[in-house]
Amino acid sequence: MVDNTQAQAAPTAAPAQTGQTNTAPEFTPRHTTVPREVGEAVFDVETVSVAYGGAPALKEVSMRIPKGEITALIGPSGCGKSTMLRCLNRMNDLIDGASVSGRITYHGEDIYAEDVDPAEVRRRIGMVFQKPNPFAMSIYDNVAFGPKLHGMKSNLDDRVEKALRGAALWDEVKDKLNDQGHALSGGQQQRLCIARAIALEPDVILMDEPASALDPISTLAIEDLMRKLRGQYSIVIVTHNMQQAARISDRTAFFTVDMEQGVRVGELVEYDLTETVFTNASDQRTESYITGRFG
Amino acid sequence: MEDRACRRRRRAKTTTLTPETPPTFRPLGEIDAHTRRRKRRSQLFRYVLLVAMGLSLFPLVLILWTVVSNGIGAFGGEFLTQPEPPARREGGGYLNGIVGTLYMVGIATVLAVPLGVLAAVYLVEYGRGWFAGTVRFFTDVMTGVPSVFVGLFVYAALVRQFSFGTIMGAVGLAIMMLPIVVRSSEEMLKLVPEDQRAASAGLGARKWQTITKVVLPTAGPGIVTGSMLAVARAAGETAVLLLTALGSLQVVTAFSGVAQSSITLLIYQGAKQPFDPGKERAWAGAMLLMGIVFLLPFTARWITARRTR
Ligand SMILES: Nc1ncnc2c1ncn2[C@@H]1O[C@H](COP(=O)(O)OP(=O)(O)OP(=O)(O)O)[C@@H](O)[C@H]1O
Ligand SMILES: [Mg+2]
Repeated sequence: MVDNTQAQAAPTAAPAQTGQTNTAPEFTPRHTTVPREVGEAVFDVETVSVAYGGAPALKEVSMRIPKGEITALIGPSGCGKSTMLRCLNRMNDLIDGASVSGRITYHGEDIYAEDVDPAEVRRRIGMVFQKPNPFAMSIYDNVAFGPKLHGMKSNLDDRVEKALRGAALWDEVKDKLNDQGHALSGGQQQRLCIARAIALEPDVILMDEPASALDPISTLAIEDLMRKLRGQYSIVIVTHNMQQAARISDRTAFFTVDMEQGVRVGELVEYDLTETVFTNASDQRTESYITGRFG
Repeated sequence: MEDRACRRRRRAKTTTLTPETPPTFRPLGEIDAHTRRRKRRSQLFRYVLLVAMGLSLFPLVLILWTVVSNGIGAFGGEFLTQPEPPARREGGGYLNGIVGTLYMVGIATVLAVPLGVLAAVYLVEYGRGWFAGTVRFFTDVMTGVPSVFVGLFVYAALVRQFSFGTIMGAVGLAIMMLPIVVRSSEEMLKLVPEDQRAASAGLGARKWQTITKVVLPTAGPGIVTGSMLAVARAAGETAVLLLTALGSLQVVTAFSGVAQSSITLLIYQGAKQPFDPGKERAWAGAMLLMGIVFLLPFTARWITARRTR
């Protein structure tokens, strides 16, 4: 069942090297194993903590997310995977009472810097949600929404077609572009949402359990799509499906919930090549979770 | 004691684990007493609901019948094209009232709907803290304010300084419409799923872009329907207009300076008179007004259906 070929075929960006050559010397991750050296990072997360209305949800996470690869975030419910993902494109800003501390750089730029416009961050970094959420408009308008928003109005038809082809949906919808997005099946809707995201030509796509509402065949279609997008896009995916993480991701980050003075806080336990995490986890908690024995 | 409890528990356990009689197939037509009772109760409940509905529809049908049967006589082309003559005289129509109502309701709609929708957007999309709470509270209070008070307020605040007229009536009607528009729009905006806003924000839309491009179009049909309710309410308003528009026997097209008429004011005056021609025209006016109010929701549906297709 577990198909690891993809993970194995993934080019190991650089030989295992623990020296932190690219980052500031004061960056010493406390709660993570140091990931194998990431070649070029798209995100550099440094001691990021998140709290909702004062209640901590995620504690001092540090991880470098490589460019052009698929990074999976796994872990039990409530451990802060979605929270982590929302930090990466500043979606947490939209939640009342959410506060993010620490530093996240995107291609070396601090996305939480004063002069950074969150809308601009979200434009560069696409997001696909757990539940397919097409707009109440035609398929065409759904995909054209982002480009129109940002004044990319030339060759709109081509852009829409390219995005739909990119999301492996074109053949199914090319004759009904004016139909409502809601009229598609769940799996098609999710691919429409992916098309909508890639129409803006982001270089990163964040996916929060994109296949959790889908049947196995649609799930495989989405996974195939992700393999196709890999390389061109950097993908960060949250998933509860262990096989899925093993099948498609290059690296896996395992989060868990930690009780600290009676408060439940999410933390990053282990972050490494998917192969390593699944076959040779260095933390007991990771192994228990992956093999289905919960602490 | 303990022993017996223990044994009882054990016995209970064995019975649940291995039922003495294994479940058998029973034909669907074989109904036990309990199910039959349930079915009867369901039937009964349905009759109760049917009677309740009939009772609540009864006054409506009665009104419809009374208004139409009394009003049809004076209704016709002349009624729609002639102004009202003295109450004693036959013939003539409600043109002055029709023009006044169209004018005042039209202006009131232009004033109240955009303002009300904006207020609702504020309350739903930005409204946090005491200010939004205060706005919401006063909107609720305004919904319940008797229309005479609104009329008196406009009279004291504006009419005494300027004069009776179209604009004064429109302002009064707009005040009556505003809370309805705010409240109904607010409900419609709240119905727009949060994930639609998240999807829009995720594509780099700014808040105002999300509101104008996703939230308002999605809530649009509902907002139009709610606004039509407010328009219907304004079209049937009388007390406010008594103190702001006053009434007129001529067709008035001026916005201010001259007292204005309305269908409702003419009905009110016609019904007060002891003369039959005036009364008959009042019935016809009531019929006209009812027709307008009934047509508004259909208009709303027509507008929104054309927009979404
Ligand atoms: N909008 C929010 N407001 C308040 N608390 C929140 C919010 N979102 C998440 N939390 C809290 O933050 C913690 C982490 O939640 P998060 O949604 O990130 O978990 P998750 O790992 O994605 O879980 P799941 O696998 O169930 O989706 C939880 O304790 C949750 O209660
Ligand atoms: Mg989640």
